[in-house]
Amino acid sequence: MQNKINIALPKGRLGEKVYDIFEKIGYGCPAIHEGGRKLIFENEENGVRYFWVKPSDVAVYVERGAADIGVVGKDILLEQSSDVYELLDLGMGKCRMAVAGVKGERPDFAHTLRVATKFPNIAREYYRKQSREIDIIKLHGSIEIAPILKMSDVIVDIVETGTTLKENNLEVLEEIVPISARLIANKASYKFNTQRIRQMCDKIAVICEKND
Amino acid sequence: MKQTELYLKKEEQAIFSLRALFEQYGYRKFKMSKFEEYDFYADNRSFLHSENILTFTGLDGKLLALKPDVTLSIVKNAKGERKEPERVYYNENVYRARKGAGEYKEIMQVGLEYIGEVDSYATLEVLLLAQKSLQAISGDYILDVSHMGFVAGLMEATELPLARQKRILDSISEKNAHTIRHICQEAAVSEDMTKRLEALAGLYGSLEETLPQAKALCCNERMEQAIKELEEILRCLKIVGNEKRIHLDFSIVNDMDYYNGIIFQGFIHGVPSGILSGGRYDHLVRKLGKDADAIGFAVYLDLLERFDSAEKEYDVDTLLLYEDGADTAALAAAAQMLTDNGQSVLVQRENTGNIKYKQLLCMKDRGLEIIAE
Repeated sequence: MQNKINIALPKGRLGEKVYDIFEKIGYGCPAIHEGGRKLIFENEENGVRYFWVKPSDVAVYVERGAADIGVVGKDILLEQSSDVYELLDLGMGKCRMAVAGVKGERPDFAHTLRVATKFPNIAREYYRKQSREIDIIKLHGSIEIAPILKMSDVIVDIVETGTTLKENNLEVLEEIVPISARLIANKASYKFNTQRIRQMCDKIAVICEKND
Repeated sequence: MKQTELYLKKEEQAIFSLRALFEQYGYRKFKMSKFEEYDFYADNRSFLHSENILTFTGLDGKLLALKPDVTLSIVKNAKGERKEPERVYYNENVYRARKGAGEYKEIMQVGLEYIGEVDSYATLEVLLLAQKSLQAISGDYILDVSHMGFVAGLMEATELPLARQKRILDSISEKNAHTIRHICQEAAVSEDMTKRLEALAGLYGSLEETLPQAKALCCNERMEQAIKELEEILRCLKIVGNEKRIHLDFSIVNDMDYYNGIIFQGFIHGVPSGILSGGRYDHLVRKLGKDADAIGFAVYLDLLERFDSAEKEYDVDTLLLYEDGADTAALAAAAQMLTDNGQSVLVQRENTGNIKYKQLLCMKDRGLEIIAE
């Protein structure tokens, strides 16, 4: 009997959409639809085990080998610079990492730039390339308030539609990088389960291209 | 299994078997001091896998560093004679910050270096020793092999500026074909070259099966030369090794300033990251001012700590209790008798309930009694 393939999915809408794809390519796990608070679901027949984890933790589970593969946003991969294989761009959950500031105001180059963000590493790297002196303010949510309250000059955050920015009188100043969901694999697991992981990957790629 | 081996942890057993293996092939032990001068590491920073080095001030005011690496010191002290190759192995603790650990860690490393003229025999010997090292730890292993000349050759052929090449190399190490395509589109790389790069990143499997595919990617002499070397290795492995467990994987990318030629990385089923890493590093030897080639590898034994996770059923075979008034000599004699029979024994006054044992004995003033089995 082969060992199971462990799949870490991000809790939430994206994870559910991704699970649907896995189901379509023949790796379904009916128990998952039962709801409730259970976090781990197995299907003996096709040898898969799914678990729901916090989106920002997916890469950790995969890097440490608790999950063989997983689905995670590129923003989190960049922020955590995880040592994993990034096998596929699923083209889902598309958005962009961007710098935003109060509408009509341009940050003053004469001062240290104060940057509020949930993604300190991405922000630091971006401004390091520009040799810009910055002061990172790490926040965990409602980043948009920071420039309004003059706590920061700009924010670095994910922008999907831009509605939240607009409603808070902010606008995108620069784009850093486009973001979407990626299929990742643990490097060691990939070696020992090459065939199965590749087959999954190929089938998912076909479905994602159709969706595109 | 010998009695003593029962009590050894997996990583301790590995040290014994690897040392025996290396000695058999004529490698001699290299014992290094705990620290080196910091400047030595600072000069060769990019060879070290981690940027962080533990430093302190020596008695004479010089800045010293707890060794983050052994290879550098071995190469520094090597004579570097081509005709008379030096074969050394080591078993040392190194101090590095493992990613995400948030603190320095003491990492136990066993490894070997071959410094001299590295011909195809020397390459094969080191590769075989790497394979045997993995085999000694677990039968379920994979040794991935890559060739820097092949990857560098393809990079050259792209004619991209170094910064872009670096981004492509990073993507190759992630098997990230979609990002490679993206970078190539940005830089207006030809479709043909883009396909080659994507294929290189995706290529994975046994040498036998993938070498022909790699050969098809060649577009200059450097790449062809690399394929020739790999083909020769495959031919030899088919005769003396287990070529099925040796895979081709160009996603192992090491620093090109130091490594050239064959590089490799070993994995063991159940350990989430590479446990063995090595390769050919002529550039480093030259940089340290010696005229020789070198190849070697290291095994990270700290990663075996979790691998050995089968929980022991018992703490000891026998828990031997004693009461007040029991004869001390008789107690010691009883313990000795048990250990002579190959059992482990723990002698204490009371059974606190925290110790898992196979049998429980008690030494009373009238003699030894079995309480439970």
